[in-house]
Amino acid sequence: MPKVKIDGVEIEVPAGITVLQACELAGVEIPRFCYHERLSIAGNCRMCLVEVKPGPPKPQASCALPVADKQEIFTKTPVVQKARNGVMEFLLINHPLDCPICDQGGECDLQDQAMAYGFDRSRYHENKRAVPDKELGPLVKTSMNRCIHCTRCIRFATEVAGVEELGATGRGESMEVTTYVEHALSTELAGNLVDLCPVGALTSKPYAFEARSWELTKTESIDVLDGLGANIRVDTRGAQVMRVLPRLNDDVNEEWISDKTRHAIDGLRHQRLDRPYVRKGGKLVEATWDEAFGAITARLKGMDGAKIAAIAGDQCDAESMVALKDLMTALGSSNIDCRQDGAKLDGPRGSYIFNAGVHGIDSADAILLIGSNPRTESPVLNARIRKRYLHGHHCAIGSIGPAADLTYPVERLGAGPATLRELVDGKLGFFEKLKAARNPLIIVGMGAVAREDGAAVLAMARELAEKLNAVREDWNGFAVLHTTAARVGGLDLGLVPGEGGRDVAGILAGCEKGEIGAVYLLAADEIDTKRLGKAFVIYQGHHGDAGAHRADVILPGAAYTEKPGTYVNTEGRVQLGRRAGYPPGDAREDWAILRALSERLGKTLSYDTLAQVRSRLVSINKAFAAIDQQAPGAWGAFGKAGATTDAPFVAAIANFYMTCPISRASRTMAECMASRAQLMAAE
Amino acid sequence: MAMITADPKDVPQVAHFAFTPEYMAKVQELIAHYPPGRQASAVIGVLDLAQRQQGWLPRVAMNEVARLLDMAPIRVYEIATFYTMFQLKPKGKYLLQVCTTTPCWLRGSEAVMKACQHAADGETFSVQEVECLGGCVNAPVVQINDDFYEDLDEASMNKVLDAFRRGETPKPGPQVDRQTSAPEGGLTTLKGE
Repeated sequence: MPKVKIDGVEIEVPAGITVLQACELAGVEIPRFCYHERLSIAGNCRMCLVEVKPGPPKPQASCALPVADKQEIFTKTPVVQKARNGVMEFLLINHPLDCPICDQGGECDLQDQAMAYGFDRSRYHENKRAVPDKELGPLVKTSMNRCIHCTRCIRFATEVAGVEELGATGRGESMEVTTYVEHALSTELAGNLVDLCPVGALTSKPYAFEARSWELTKTESIDVLDGLGANIRVDTRGAQVMRVLPRLNDDVNEEWISDKTRHAIDGLRHQRLDRPYVRKGGKLVEATWDEAFGAITARLKGMDGAKIAAIAGDQCDAESMVALKDLMTALGSSNIDCRQDGAKLDGPRGSYIFNAGVHGIDSADAILLIGSNPRTESPVLNARIRKRYLHGHHCAIGSIGPAADLTYPVERLGAGPATLRELVDGKLGFFEKLKAARNPLIIVGMGAVAREDGAAVLAMARELAEKLNAVREDWNGFAVLHTTAARVGGLDLGLVPGEGGRDVAGILAGCEKGEIGAVYLLAADEIDTKRLGKAFVIYQGHHGDAGAHRADVILPGAAYTEKPGTYVNTEGRVQLGRRAGYPPGDAREDWAILRALSERLGKTLSYDTLAQVRSRLVSINKAFAAIDQQAPGAWGAFGKAGATTDAPFVAAIANFYMTCPISRASRTMAECMASRAQLMAAE
Repeated sequence: MAMITADPKDVPQVAHFAFTPEYMAKVQELIAHYPPGRQASAVIGVLDLAQRQQGWLPRVAMNEVARLLDMAPIRVYEIATFYTMFQLKPKGKYLLQVCTTTPCWLRGSEAVMKACQHAADGETFSVQEVECLGGCVNAPVVQINDDFYEDLDEASMNKVLDAFRRGETPKPGPQVDRQTSAPEGGLTTLKGE
């Protein structure tokens, strides 16, 4: 390891890193605009100049200079200070003085660094250049006069998002960052461009002129709009969620989040359930909690447990799900399910989580996608696979399922279970590639298991994993990619039909036949509510979506930003979401609603505080004790060998922008959808 | 300063572009210069061929180049807008590139420029001011399509332009009595054996 001296302090640093990274390790901050840890090095802003000995007698761009043994680095000399002052003065020649009306104000790299290196007046009397603003779609607002040409956005689009649509045209004074032919960016990660832009050239369109960064309360939380469980920061003003930003977590989302995670939040303001409702004479009428509970008690008291059923939704926290399960058990019902899409998953933990972990993608050397389109199911995870493709010597990636542009080349092996069978039997060439791989990764999507023959498909995937020796002490390459935030938590807590119980399909069939008298929908909206028949439907949730429309009693719950909740992501990582604001009106935290209802039903649940609910979680599944940790699950027998149909795997998510009550209520998501449709039509 | 923009909006729309078989052969030859998978390295040459065939570079031509070389179109736009020798707007039959850098300017490029601007009609002639063409010893210099016309003044410039107008191709090089950059009127030294 090379030893270098930074400002007179000797430090040993890993070989192969840059001078800038070495300075970071030594705790010396280097100003920069174009350099970004997760993008390729451009070296064009020149803000990170340092003096290096031995080296040429002029300041060097530290971001693009590798460290060498016995190097001496000076970051605070007058030469360095003067050079950076000069760079800053040049950057400001054409930068407008519009900080007071710029949305980046208060969180702008240029503003901050101008405090340290800026000249207090301008020596230039020439007019500043004027650049036309660009249209980049419904999420990114441009103000190109402010652009300092760091090219971070271009590199992000090209490298991470995998859409080569942004570029720098012209040169010198005429250089412009543009798509050239104006169109919205065709990526699900466009919002990250705004985070990356060090100035106010790219700002958030839905958030334009809404708030200033210093007036927002920041709450660290967890995203529930897909199965990844991205780490987010929720910025609120009063009770209103103003924006969602990504939080750094190298094991999960690095520092990216999808556009749905970031921009569906305006859905939290629309169609909210803010008071209980009871259906009277065919119409839903506003009610008090007491009346609502009274209506439920009147119907459920004395009803046979076998006639009661419960379905947990896709965004439920573990606390409310355990309360639901305990209540159903107390009522004598084993008709409970958390798999609205009918996914045939209920084996040992290793059979339903992304065992390798998201970080495991980085060491996979052959990847097989079964019935999954990660680009729509989890765009950030898809970017991780793309990263593996780019840095992993073009790791082989195959897919059995719907054809799709995943931003990296994919060898499409076939469409359905028949192809998987051939692959398992070693009849396809791709089998050899998987066999040769040290760390093969088999990603099973909901498109493969959420179908009638799902258990048989799962069994085949298991057989393949065993054949490839993909499940070992040091590597577990069996990975289930969930599309929903609640699923793994629900399976961990056993929200599947018990002895003689009915699953979602069974419950719906029972409702149609009149065998089920009452259904408790815990924020479950993705079922065909027309099939609920004459059953008495209790809907507990936060949005007036499909479930609430059919409900006989509505209990207003809290959305994910309004309650402390435990969520388990697709890799089985238990993460804590925190409350960023209170739910609207009379709405309450979900587990507390179930607790209160249980008392009215005479089946009081055994917990009164959040801490007690959480210890109940741990008593059911030890996994809930290991917060923020990920480990492969237990392996065992699962799936059910059997006949499969010829039906091809269908994408689990037809429309990325609208997958849940929140995103369906979001106007921004509707705009994104329209923009994408326009883009598709143009092609 | 005026609004700048790289993507010219006021250009005629060209619906379709495809290389003719002759040009296609040249394109294939250029691509063959580079190792397999590195075909994108040929982009500048291929763009030049497209420009020679079409006279200028409409967007469809850039898209076609991108398709042939398996590049994202934006990467081709970046290159075509970076180099001033790629014409993104239609030009006349003869493109007059007048050098106005100091040596040419000292030797009277302003008068040459005036003659060119007078002739420029957008159909036969288009005029473009360019930086040093590297022919200072024969200043002032004007590049007309692929040839240099040197040692010009207003009168000789007009003569050259008239010849083009008549459909002739005047002799490129110095327009005074001089062989390349040798002294005017014949040798002055090294006359002996």
